[in-house]
Amino acid sequence: MSTVRYTPYHPRWYRRRVSVWWWLQSRSYTGFVLRELTSVAVAFFALVLLWQIRALGRGPEAYARVLARLRSPLFVALDVLALAFVLFHSITWFNLAPKAMVVRLQGKRVPDLLVAGANYAAWIVLSAAVAAILLRGRG
Amino acid sequence: MGRPITPFLWLLFSAGGTVAALLFPVHLLLNGLAFPLGWLPAPTYDSLRSLVGHPLTRLYLFVLVSLPLFHWAHRFRYTLYDGLQLKHLTMLIAVLCYGAAVVGSLLAAYTLWNMSS
Repeated sequence: MSTVRYTPYHPRWYRRRVSVWWWLQSRSYTGFVLRELTSVAVAFFALVLLWQIRALGRGPEAYARVLARLRSPLFVALDVLALAFVLFHSITWFNLAPKAMVVRLQGKRVPDLLVAGANYAAWIVLSAAVAAILLRGRG
Repeated sequence: MGRPITPFLWLLFSAGGTVAALLFPVHLLLNGLAFPLGWLPAPTYDSLRSLVGHPLTRLYLFVLVSLPLFHWAHRFRYTLYDGLQLKHLTMLIAVLCYGAAVVGSLLAAYTLWNMSS
């Protein structure tokens, strides 16, 4: 970002100071910041996945130790919280998809509901596929 | 951040957001909660190792870890700018966020590469 230089011909702008808690003043602001914060849950779980993958590479004992750590109340609480945030991310992401990417078929705009619906359908199919593959190897 | 790289970072943000939206809920529910807590019969170590033995699984896992980290980096840096009003620290925050995503991705690539056998 370039800093703005003030000159005699460029009067100083009037900028009201805004509290760090500006986003608590309205529901839609709070929703916006909560949506932004879902990224923390996403990063947290990406690291948990990486941790599990690394343990898988080190051997059965290391993997069992990681599973035992994931059973601790701290991780159960963090995972439940992360799941709530990740679900919030999925739903808001799919609902925004039709606005971010306008699909046209034969010159006509595909209705928003159909684009979002396709995302939800893909979500269900992929989740079922992942669950089927993982549950096939059950002990 | 320099201008030419911005569209590329936005693409990573958007791809990572899609991967996380589609695949994180099911993996978080199963690998984070249901399997460790025994709500569902967990896959055995050997079955997971043979799954990871396939190159496509390792590619999948790399994408599953790496892209969402870049999604986080992008979104979290704007959270810091807007939420905490840290506009003056733009460069430092960007370097720390994307740097963390790069380190996480390299670690994932290294780990998965060594698991080929």
